[in-house]
Formats: sequence, C-alpha cells, structure tokens
Amino acid sequence: MITETSPQTEPEDEAESLADWPAIRGDFPILDQQVHGQPLIYFDNAATTQKPRPVLDALSHYYQTDNANVHRGIHELSNRATAGFEAARARAARFINAAQPDDIIFTRGTTEGVNLVAQTWGATHIREGDGILLTEMEHHSNIVPWQLLAERTGAKLMFLPVSGDVGLLDLNRLDEWLTRDVKLFAFTHISNSLGTINPVADFCARARKAGVTTLVDAAQSAGHRPLDVQEIGCDFLAFSGHKMCGPTGIGVLYGRQEVLADMPPYQGGGEMILNVDFQRSTWKPAPHRFEAGTPDISGAFGLHAAMDYLDKIGRHRIAEHDQELGAHAYARLSQLKGGIRLFGPHVGRAGLVSFLLKDVHAHDVVTVADQRGVALRGGHHCNQPLMHKLGVESTARASFYFYNTTEEIDRFVEVLREIQEFFGA
Amino acid sequence: MFDELGDLYQQVILDHCKHPRNFHEQGQATCSAQGHNPLCGDQLKLFLTMEGDVVKDASFVGSGCCISKASASLLTESIRGKTRTDVRQMFDRVHDLVMTGEVKGEVGKLAVFAGVHKFPARVKCAILAWHALLAALKGEGHPVTTENDET
Repeated sequence: MITETSPQTEPEDEAESLADWPAIRGDFPILDQQVHGQPLIYFDNAATTQKPRPVLDALSHYYQTDNANVHRGIHELSNRATAGFEAARARAARFINAAQPDDIIFTRGTTEGVNLVAQTWGATHIREGDGILLTEMEHHSNIVPWQLLAERTGAKLMFLPVSGDVGLLDLNRLDEWLTRDVKLFAFTHISNSLGTINPVADFCARARKAGVTTLVDAAQSAGHRPLDVQEIGCDFLAFSGHKMCGPTGIGVLYGRQEVLADMPPYQGGGEMILNVDFQRSTWKPAPHRFEAGTPDISGAFGLHAAMDYLDKIGRHRIAEHDQELGAHAYARLSQLKGGIRLFGPHVGRAGLVSFLLKDVHAHDVVTVADQRGVALRGGHHCNQPLMHKLGVESTARASFYFYNTTEEIDRFVEVLREIQEFFGA
Repeated sequence: MFDELGDLYQQVILDHCKHPRNFHEQGQATCSAQGHNPLCGDQLKLFLTMEGDVVKDASFVGSGCCISKASASLLTESIRGKTRTDVRQMFDRVHDLVMTGEVKGEVGKLAVFAGVHKFPARVKCAILAWHALLAALKGEGHPVTTENDET
C-alpha cells in the first residue's frame, strides 16, 4: 500500500490582496534577456508559455532526489516517485474540480487527449452515419482526429459556423443541430486564433439535453481562468501543461468516470494491465487503463508545481489581467492608421489578438518584429479551415500571459508602425 | 532600419515585392507548376512558355510573403532566354546562395537573396518559386511543397 509521503497543501488564494505583477515576472528567468540586441517581448504564449522558477526547481529536484519508475518498484525512490505522480493527479483533479483523481488521465498534451477519446470512446460509440459536431474555429488537433475516426467509421462531421472576422459562433441553429444522430459535440473553450471565449457550460447543457457527449478543448483556457468541469458539465476536457507554465510533454484528459468506465484501452503495454496471458489480457480500471508504459513522471511533478504556482497568483486574477492586456492591445491596434484588419470579438476577448497589416504578409511582420525583440506568431495557427473561411492564408498573432505588461504592448504597437513604414508602398 | 533586416529586405526585394514583374497568367504557357509553402500559406503558380530548350516567357500568380513574391518576380526576369541546363545551374546557385550566403558563379540580380541565409525560417520562402520552376520543367502535375525536402 502506497501512501502519499508528502501530502501537498494547496496554496491559499489570497483573493483580497493585489497581485505583484513585476515580482511575478521576476520568477521567469527566461524573460530577462535580449534578443537581437533588444529586450525580449514574448508574445507567443498561445503556442507555449514560459516556465517560472518553482516549476524548473520541481523538475530538477525530482531528478536529483526522487527519480524512479512509478507503480512498479517497492523501493523508497519508486514509492516517492509514485506518490508524487499520484499527488499530481489528485492536484489536477482539484485544479479543475473533478469529482475524483481517477477522472484524470495523464497525456502528452491536448492533442493526445483528443486522439485518445477519438480512438477509444469513438471506437465503441461512433457508427456509420453518426454525426460529430465541431465548430469552424477548432484547432487542427480537434478536427483531424475526428476526420480519422469518420474515415474509419463512416461518421459525418458537421461544423458550427463562425460569423466572419468578429469570430463568434452562430448559435441560432445549435439546438437544431444537436439531434439524435449527433453523438459528440467537441469544441474549444478559447479560440487560439480569434480569442473568442465560448460559453462552454451553455453548450454542455444544451448537448446534455439532447443526449450528446461533450468534449472541451481547454488548451487555451486551463492556465488562464478558473475551470470547474462539474460546473461546465462536460464529459471530456483536455489541456496541455506547457501552455500553463508547466513542462512540455505532459497534459491532462479529464473524463467523467461513468464515461471512462466502459471505454476500451488506448495503447497496450505495461502499467495498464491487470493480468497478461499469451493470448489475452485484462485491463486496469480508469485512469491507468489509458496510461500504458512509463509516463512523463517529471512532467507530472512539474505540472503539479505549475498548478500550485497559478493558484498562488489566483486564476481569476490571471483572467482579469489577460482581459486587460487583450482589451488594451485591441484598442491600441484598432487606432493604428494605415490599415489593419483585426480578428475576434470586440469585447470579452481572451488575451490574444490576431491581425493583418494592409499589404504586409504576416511572416514579414513576424520577421521584422523578431528583429525588434518581439516574439509573435505568423501563419494559420493550425486553423487552416477557419483561415480559408475568413479568406486569408495567415495572420499575425500576439498572445499574452500574466507576465506581460501594457508597456510591452505599447512597444509592440510602435514596432508595427515601423513595419508599416518599412513596407509602405 | 536595422542592418540584418536591410540584408534580408534589400531595396530590390522590397521593390519586386511591392511591384511584382510578370505577375499574370499565361493562357498559352507550355508548362506550369504550383508551389505551396504550408507553413506560411504561400501559394504561387508559375507559367513557362518554352521554345525548344529555351525559356521564352515566364510569369507567375499567387500570394505570399515579401520574400517569396520577390523571389518569384526576379526568377521570371532572370530565366528568360535560358536553356534547361542553364536553369538547373541557376537553381543550384540560388539554393547555395540562400543556404550559405555565398555567391558561387554568376547570379546577377539574384545576389540580393544572400541575406536570407541569416533567417533560417525564411529560406523556404526564397526557394519556393525555384522548386516550382523545376517542377514545371519536369512537367510534374502535382503541386510542389516546401515540406518535401530540406528546403
């Protein structure tokens, strides 16, 4: 019997005090550097966020003191690694208010979470002619796994439309589309290219009424706002550690225990079995049934530290700060003369802005901005179908996190002015 | 502006990107090929009119970044009157040029792309039109993409 050797205490959310943003920024050693001779302004947080010292320390502490394989050894180090790994699972459950730690499956990230559901739940629940409802603003990782499933099963994909540049979903026909033929409704919480925040609890309530299973892609929201899967009422929810101060290679798939219980295994191997004979095997219950092989143990330790770190700041504060930065950027950019096209909602947007400067390709914007120390993303943001719908090949995107400042945004807008001048006709 | 950027966005490149030459389709083209850079979304179509072994006319259409547009524009200017062997040799020189920044042999105006090698992420933009050119000469029907090889 393994007990937690180091019971984790949750940091108290100091709701009343104000966050000390400059001090918090100081926790991120990587931000204190120059790029091409200019102070780094890191605005590519929707791709991946930077890691604070406590997360880096947790990783190095794990490897320096506790490293061993989990759930196998009966020696001290293995006990510690196992206890820490399971403590991270329990922490992840509390992080999103899952009913129990067994609702948490560790994955490599959001992409693997969606693929896992498509390959296991999809294999037993999706038949020829069934509908899988997605939205036009989904990331490729919430489209392609369903296309693969549709190819295998003969299911059909449906897409809830996005209303042009303003980037809101057209919900008028949602109830109409949630028919008996639709078996799954999978949607993003926050659009990685538009910054739209979807009313996911409302989506889930409507889907539940129609008996439709739901999956929430929380890649862009998990580290940015409080998340409560019971309040949202989803069946599945997936997110990545690296987009919320954690290491790359670790992520979480939440599944309601009732739904997980009858899902077939994902990958076969060690750790997921009860008993193996030469001809057949039996599986462990969830979540271990879905975690074949040695998992990313250090990643789980790092993710644990990241969740503690975020909650020490307070995710509601992070959400407010995000919105401030998003609104400030949107306002400043819309004042930019000389032609700029902005994507996403005018109000209530997440902390990111996609844009196109008139007659300047996104990649040229990104290249010049980089020379000024500003890290942006240019391209289709893994949203090719959405880009085609909006009639663009690519956009430039600035995405923020709590360590960014309005001063950085002002500097970035200055750089955009220079770019307009540089490429001016 | 800044030195490094000046190296990348030479005046000639800026000029060709803002005012691309031979920017039109050719109804009577002998061969054509599409180039696609999935990373940036750059799409271009190159048209060649051959007279025997010689490129008589070259033009292109499409959308893309400044580097890829300027590269296609300068390509159409520089391959007129050249033979297939000449063109193949030019491809190799341009390839070396954007990879290393070194000018080996006669490249004429194309030397402006020497600065690209300092921007590894942009090498594909500069070479896209040249890949399309080879594909057009080979008569390949399917679009070439920059994701098929190293550049």
